[in-house]
Amino acid sequence: MDLLNYAFMQRALIAAALVGITAPAIGTYLVQRRQAVMGDGLGHVAMTGVALGFLLNTSPVWMATLVAVVGAVGMELIRSRGRTSGDVALAMLFYGGLAGGVMIINLAPNGSTTNLVSAMFGSITTVAPEDVTAMLILAAFVIAVTIGLRRQLFAVCQDEEFAKVTGLPVRALNLLLAVTAAVTVTVAMRIVGLLLVSAMMVIPVAAAQRVTRGFAATLGLAIAISLAVSLGGTAATYYVDVPSGATIVLIAIGVFLATTALSAPLARRRANAARAAEEVCTRDDVKVRAAS
Amino acid sequence: MQSTPAAALDQPVISLRGATASLGSRPVLRGVDLTVRRGEVVALLGANGSGKSTAVRSVVGQVPLSSGELSLFGTDLKQFRAWSRIGYVPQRTTAASGVPATVREVVSSGRLARTRFGLLRKADRAAVERALALVDMESHADVSVNALSGGQHQRVLIARALAVEPELLIMDEPMAGVDLANQEVLANALREQVKAGSTVLLVLHELGPLEPLISRAVVLRDGCVVHDGPPPKAVGQHALPGHDHVHPHAAHDAEPLRTGLLS
Repeated sequence: MDLLNYAFMQRALIAAALVGITAPAIGTYLVQRRQAVMGDGLGHVAMTGVALGFLLNTSPVWMATLVAVVGAVGMELIRSRGRTSGDVALAMLFYGGLAGGVMIINLAPNGSTTNLVSAMFGSITTVAPEDVTAMLILAAFVIAVTIGLRRQLFAVCQDEEFAKVTGLPVRALNLLLAVTAAVTVTVAMRIVGLLLVSAMMVIPVAAAQRVTRGFAATLGLAIAISLAVSLGGTAATYYVDVPSGATIVLIAIGVFLATTALSAPLARRRANAARAAEEVCTRDDVKVRAAS
Repeated sequence: MQSTPAAALDQPVISLRGATASLGSRPVLRGVDLTVRRGEVVALLGANGSGKSTAVRSVVGQVPLSSGELSLFGTDLKQFRAWSRIGYVPQRTTAASGVPATVREVVSSGRLARTRFGLLRKADRAAVERALALVDMESHADVSVNALSGGQHQRVLIARALAVEPELLIMDEPMAGVDLANQEVLANALREQVKAGSTVLLVLHELGPLEPLISRAVVLRDGCVVHDGPPPKAVGQHALPGHDHVHPHAAHDAEPLRTGLLS
């Protein structure tokens, strides 16, 4: 394992592990409430932050976090109002963020659009030592929220009206979820890239739920798949000169296809086992089987 | 919080006075009075669009009242925080969510009002199992809710409301789209709750197997209460006061015919 001898590679692998854990951790909730596109939008918005960081000569990771969090709060406010024009407002936010990034980077003294490319698609060589510290702090926040508050977030994403009547602070939890998604985007920026980050929030979850029945199991399996894929993809770029983000996403899609192929025989076996376990068919059982 | 002072026993569990509410620009409640006392099982009846769903959703604070007063357990809604005393069954949402969840996971989420920081202790897990047993779903606890029939899905939503061990159950059309076998299961679960002293407010389209449990019926029509008293005894839903059915003989009525769809 000579790849571990290089400091840049160690940093890249740490960063990959953090992405691997955090992206599907938040992604599971986004997929649950059918808001999978949110990560994509936040990635676009964060582009303005990266460019601002370049222009002001400050850390692009922290600047991207700041701008993405502001964008996330805006998106949540649009969503919670439930306006019919909500998706138009979201589109303004997405493309405004992207265009803003391109505009600002070109205003910077030595800046050009090419400076944004590594942020868009990710590159293992860009993980600076100070980035690792920032990513560790941000990832710790994401994990604390997504694992620590999983029951509350599950309830809110499953049935918002019921969660309100349960007395949960639904508005605060929704904002927290949006902010956490924004933070995850910037954790993933270096390795996967802002335009591909949403893929790691959605694909591992989609792959996991092909073979799981429960929420906790889906969350756990999605994290395991994503962690393996992003470590494997990052390691692969050490041997083959390809960009890390694209490699990781393509492997993830491969895993998704594999679990999809696996899910059909698995479902059949479960159905058979269930049939064997029951002695007499009731009216309910017939209905379940007909539905599945 | 659990024990209620004797003085509070006479207090209505739900007190809605002169409630008006609109959805968009359309007035849906036009001065509704609704009082539910401890131990009562009150059915809210009426045609589609009569405002019965809006009435229960305003009782649980999900539709803001434009005027009128609402208190729960003697506390004004604005100050009311004891949500663990209420079990709520919303009108069934059309589809399950984007990620699979087991029956037990969904029912456990109903227990959150009684937990601190969302931690499920032994007593909480026991309450979840009891709720599952009440609707006869223990054997399906680890099944994905996506794989359930409509009636079973409804049983899960009721178990979720029962998991908090509420004093007051509020249910919005719990029998909609539920076959007779599942309706019987739900009626049994409700009977157990009523026997244990629960108060129930539920929206129904027709009384069905629940009829013997209902102590009072409130019928809404165009956002107004047109009947508040004993449940209609006659055969079939034709006999319900305020029942809107497009029949030739309905023309005897001075009022224009309302199907409930547009009015």
